[in-house]
Amino acid sequence: MIVRILYFASLKDRVGASEETLEVPESCDVAALWALAQERHPRLRDVTTRPLAACDMTYAAWDRSVAGVEEVAFLPPVSGG
Amino acid sequence: MICLQANPIDTAAVAAAAGGDGDGAVSVFLGTVRNVSVGQRVLFLEYEAYASMAEREMERIAAEAIVRFGVTKVAIVHRIGRVEIGEASVAIAVAAPHRAPAMEACRFVIDTLKTSVPIWKREHFEGGSVWVEGAGR
Repeated sequence: MIVRILYFASLKDRVGASEETLEVPESCDVAALWALAQERHPRLRDVTTRPLAACDMTYAAWDRSVAGVEEVAFLPPVSGG
Repeated sequence: MICLQANPIDTAAVAAAAGGDGDGAVSVFLGTVRNVSVGQRVLFLEYEAYASMAEREMERIAAEAIVRFGVTKVAIVHRIGRVEIGEASVAIAVAAPHRAPAMEACRFVIDTLKTSVPIWKREHFEGGSVWVEGAGR
């Protein structure tokens, strides 16, 4: 299945792009997707604070399956306000 | 009125958007940009958002505030892009028949926004800039 991955703020800077589209197995969960992202983008490997993840604009647990999800976002700890 | 915008916030309009004829109180909170961060002089801030999710989260927080505190209406406007020193980066207005729930709900909305709405600030200094990362959820 095809999933769109979005990166924000410091993660976007590390990846050098705000999004990418990947073909992943149906069995993939958020943790596996993050591992795949780290494999593809070496500068994500030394991210010390585990990012938050959102599936289709809703915060998601690390073991959430991405089956049927169109958009997974990796979010650094937020700092709005 | 719940939105992100690049232009300066008309705070009177945010307060007016919340208040109605049955309300006896409108509590307004403005978050403003300071010229200093951890002892270093800040020139301006730059905000980035996961816009579609941020607006959804702000809607969710407003709905929760209405249920929890029994307030009438909540308006939230947050800036994106460059924000100058002294400008409001966020404006929140909460209307209620009486002042206590309006003020309590206003505090709840800003506290929750700061921990759960996907928005990030970048501080620009003389000679550099850095993303600020919050304490987490």
